Amino acid sequence: MHKGDTILEVKDLKQHFRVSRKQTVKAVDGISFEIKAGETYGLVGESGSGKSTTGRSIIRLYQPTQGKIIFEGEDISGKMSNKALKTLRTKMAMIFQDPMACLNPRKKVIDIIAQGLDIHHAYSSIEERNEKVYKMLEMVGLSREHANRYPHQFSGGQRQRIGIARALIMEPDLIIADEAISALDVSIQAQVVNLMKKMQKETGAAYLFIAHDLSMVKYISDRIGVLHLGHMVETGTAEEIFNNPLHPYTKSLLSAIPHPNPKIEKTRKSFTYDYATSGLDYEAGYEHKITDTHSVLATDEEFEQFMANAKKSF
Amino acid sequence: MEDYKFLPDDFELIGDKQNIMIDEVAPSKPQWKDILDRFMENKGAVIGICLIVLITLLAIIVPMVSRWGVNAENTAIANQAPSSVHFFGTDYLGRDLWVRTWQGTRYSLIIAVVAVVIDVLIGITYGMISGYFGGMVDSVLQRIQEIINSIPTLVVLIILLTVMKASLTTVIVALIFTEWIPMSRITRAQVLKVKEDEFVLASRTLGAGNIFILFKEILPNIFGQLIIMSMMTIPNAIFYEAYLAFVGLGLTKPLASLGTLINDGFSLFQVHPHAMVIPAIVMAVLMLSFNLFGDGLRDALDPTMKEM
Repeated sequence: MHKGDTILEVKDLKQHFRVSRKQTVKAVDGISFEIKAGETYGLVGESGSGKSTTGRSIIRLYQPTQGKIIFEGEDISGKMSNKALKTLRTKMAMIFQDPMACLNPRKKVIDIIAQGLDIHHAYSSIEERNEKVYKMLEMVGLSREHANRYPHQFSGGQRQRIGIARALIMEPDLIIADEAISALDVSIQAQVVNLMKKMQKETGAAYLFIAHDLSMVKYISDRIGVLHLGHMVETGTAEEIFNNPLHPYTKSLLSAIPHPNPKIEKTRKSFTYDYATSGLDYEAGYEHKITDTHSVLATDEEFEQFMANAKKSF
Repeated sequence: MEDYKFLPDDFELIGDKQNIMIDEVAPSKPQWKDILDRFMENKGAVIGICLIVLITLLAIIVPMVSRWGVNAENTAIANQAPSSVHFFGTDYLGRDLWVRTWQGTRYSLIIAVVAVVIDVLIGITYGMISGYFGGMVDSVLQRIQEIINSIPTLVVLIILLTVMKASLTTVIVALIFTEWIPMSRITRAQVLKVKEDEFVLASRTLGAGNIFILFKEILPNIFGQLIIMSMMTIPNAIFYEAYLAFVGLGLTKPLASLGTLINDGFSLFQVHPHAMVIPAIVMAVLMLSFNLFGDGLRDALDPTMKEM
């Protein structure tokens, strides 16, 4: 995989859950985006907007209702061939939200990290396996003495690093970080995010970074997608989203970020956005491109209105 | 209280006596040692396990080495009270109750082992399949289980008795029909709880198969509860066997089971109470020991489950 190649392509992905005969929850309702090798794509939105569901559908913890997911040239939506399945399971990994729950409490750290190797028999001798685990432990800033301990003997940040080591052991090309830092202490968040950045530099893996902390997303992401009610309302590079937000939902998200400068923070106005009263229609809207990378979901009239609003504010 | 004055030596400066730079860290213990320590703290459980070992040894050794035969009748010494020759006395046919009681305990212990084996083999497997695969499989398995559960074991046994002779085998077959149901329910509930945990999802994203997830991820996490549960079913099984023998549906005379011994003694209870009281006490102690042991195991394996 070269830098710049498209590694993951999601086309019109829909993930619906049937709650009962009458009710279907449309968690994700037709979103499209792509991730290039080595880049970080941030996925933001309020809780319930379908961020986590998107991540889980892509790694096939759920059965996508509709749409196509193409990963490294293999179609991994619907029924997969053996080759596609193998590619998916070895080249895509996931980091989970809760460092307390994502490690099996009955397993030693060495067995947790080596799990991917064990499942895919990716070693010829036990020494080789252990050596790989030790190397991985050192890469994420733990020592080899930690290998024979149990997860409950570690702090939250350390556990999240074990989770990262587990995800990285198969040398994946895409890592889905499902709110990987939101359960951590703020001081530890920076530590873990920096570790993730460092690992990206070393391994060249792409990240799908799911989060609701916009300042963190701005810091780590190359491109950002804004999800709302299962729709991708706006997507673009980090600068485009932060400097030139078009969709009112994006604007409301950005206006909610506290500013470090207390003088500005005092005058900061956060405005609320409500889909029901906004008069927008996500179902009727389609993607309008502003630049090559920046696009927004809108109908033609809505788009004109967005652009007019954007000009006004300049 | 109001006019209390603090004196200069009320407070003492700890200062250098304590080095705050050094953390006192509890030495890490292996898990089995932790469990053993917690188990040892529980006096009742230790007494329970000692009694179980003692009773088991007696049940194995006494019928082997005693000079009295299990079924040797001698009416000349009928209905003797406990003495140094016959520790537990003799019954109405002059059979030595010391030997017969331990012989009967053997059957109780066999039933105990069988109950555990049934629990583990049928109960855990059934519960794990039902809970893990869910959906249609779960519905079908649960309905089958409910149908089986709706037939009382006693009815199953009486039906069995029309085709089989009353014996230990028949009792075991009857137990196989229904004994595993509580176990499979507990297993299913536990599996349902654990299978949505993030570490199971993590395993799945790495490509783990169902067998791997079931045995390597889920089972170790629910094993503690399952051991406890199977220990708790033992007293029931022991009592059930004795009860069947007492009413004449299980082991039949002249075989010595705790149930038949109590039944024998029952008819002469007002004249020679020892013939009934002693086997009853042995059975009660055995059941109590298993209960205490199970209780201690529960506390030791899973301290959070104490309130259940």
